[in-house]
Amino acid sequence: MVTATIWPALDYSRVPYRLYHDAELYQREQERIFGGPVWSFLGLAAEIPNPGDFRASYVGETPVIFNRDQSGTVRAFVNRCAHRGALVRRELSGNAANHICIYHQWCYGLDGRLTAIPFRRGIRGKGGLDPSFDMGAHGLRPLRVGELDGLLFGTLAEDAEPLEDYLGPPVLEQLRRLFDRPVKVLGYNRQRIRGNWKLYAENTRDNYHASLLHEFLVTFGLDRSTQVGGVRMDARHRHNITWADADSDSDELAQAAYAGAGVRSNFLSLQEPALVTFRPERADRLNIAITSVFPSAVFVQISNSLAVRQIRPRGVDEVEVFQTMLGYADDTPEMTLHRLRQANLVGPAGLVSMEDGEAIELVHRTSKPDPDRSTVIELGGAGVISDRDYRVTDVPLRGFWSYYAELLGIEPDGAVR
Amino acid sequence: MTIDRVLLYDLFAEYGALIDAARYDEWLALFGEECRYRIVPRENFDRGLPAALMFCDSRAVLEDRIRALREANKYNIHTDRHVIGLPRLIDDGLAEAPFAVYQTDQEGETRLFATGLYRDRLEAVGPNLKFRDKLILLDTFAIPSLLATPL
Repeated sequence: MVTATIWPALDYSRVPYRLYHDAELYQREQERIFGGPVWSFLGLAAEIPNPGDFRASYVGETPVIFNRDQSGTVRAFVNRCAHRGALVRRELSGNAANHICIYHQWCYGLDGRLTAIPFRRGIRGKGGLDPSFDMGAHGLRPLRVGELDGLLFGTLAEDAEPLEDYLGPPVLEQLRRLFDRPVKVLGYNRQRIRGNWKLYAENTRDNYHASLLHEFLVTFGLDRSTQVGGVRMDARHRHNITWADADSDSDELAQAAYAGAGVRSNFLSLQEPALVTFRPERADRLNIAITSVFPSAVFVQISNSLAVRQIRPRGVDEVEVFQTMLGYADDTPEMTLHRLRQANLVGPAGLVSMEDGEAIELVHRTSKPDPDRSTVIELGGAGVISDRDYRVTDVPLRGFWSYYAELLGIEPDGAVR
Repeated sequence: MTIDRVLLYDLFAEYGALIDAARYDEWLALFGEECRYRIVPRENFDRGLPAALMFCDSRAVLEDRIRALREANKYNIHTDRHVIGLPRLIDDGLAEAPFAVYQTDQEGETRLFATGLYRDRLEAVGPNLKFRDKLILLDTFAIPSLLATPL
């Protein structure tokens, strides 16, 4: 069993491979992280605009549904029948007046309450449930729902802090910036990576890899580590914003830096420059803003492509990355086309993201046989965990592990936070 | 335009064989000068949502994607094998064919990578038949690992 003695270093600069492969630990994560005092991203208010609209989602591996009830309130429940534990709502989305389990047709209202049980009184006075059976105690298990500018979060924990406190000022500012106008869904994509979910959570906090693994970024001039940028975290260092300003470096600086690093720096141009052309939409110059919210949500602006990613663990050895591609409701048809073109950048076939699937599988496969050895996380320095105003850093990974250790109850004495 | 079935079958056979042989320049030559190429997850298509996994609304974007594949992208080292069903003419200029793509890694392990339906607008260019608008409706929209080489 993994305990606080697992950590070789109190600053989380070493992470034993065991943490990506231990089946018992994986089960504990489901209980203490996804079932614990975190807020998980569920979906968008824009996906359920009308009463009766519902969508399926996940909190960790637990299937949930969120819907809009007749009064317009958004509610979310564990998608599991109180009777025999069957999945109640099988469709991924739709509109309905209630949710009926197919197994024995137990029926739940849009508020999650159990409203009808077939043959409750039996037939001709025989069978059925005892009159003392309490319908009110057998509804769908509710989640607390929090909404922020159309983003829906849920938590299974009674004691979770308020959503806005959980997110903290830097993340709130970033989400309010990105969701300052109503959004519309352009579509979804999904990717199944044969790796532990935490490798993906780390990847989204790893600024160092971006322009090295994703060579397209530098080759075609979309993003370079020489730009003004950095990482910014909440007070507990569990969330992270990776950011960069557009056009904030020069070709000469970039060429010198990448040539010096032994990385290709012969910049090429595209036949269709719109693939990487950034059209500023706000007063700021941010063209990269990747906000990772512990444990499993990522809000992504890369140039003019907008997306929300949900990290869905699928057992200790596999993760699904579920991505919702977005535009703004008031986009012109021409702007929508621009976003659909720039959607080429992200997702499982993304020109600047496909490599993540390969890198994560390489780590997962290769780390498995040697669980007591560790990864090295020291870019931007070891020791204290803090914001950085430069891009060659992976400090936010240590923030992730710090909060992870706290929730799992494996935080060693004297550890950094 | 009346479609010659022999030309149609040849076009689809060449299409799969050229990807599997990684002969992408010849593969690009199967498309018309003004063309589209889109890989759309079936869950988007069924809901009328436009987002695609690869969205090439012009030949320039399609060529950029192939150039990026060669010059910049890193992906799982593998070979593709297309198994394309007989194309079926829907109406003049529109054909459909089911497909499966298997991927084999360097150690000889094969997995079913994708299955779906090609729904293609065709055009006659001189004596040849070419793709004008290739829509790939992807049944396997939970992409195994990643999607780099064209389907």
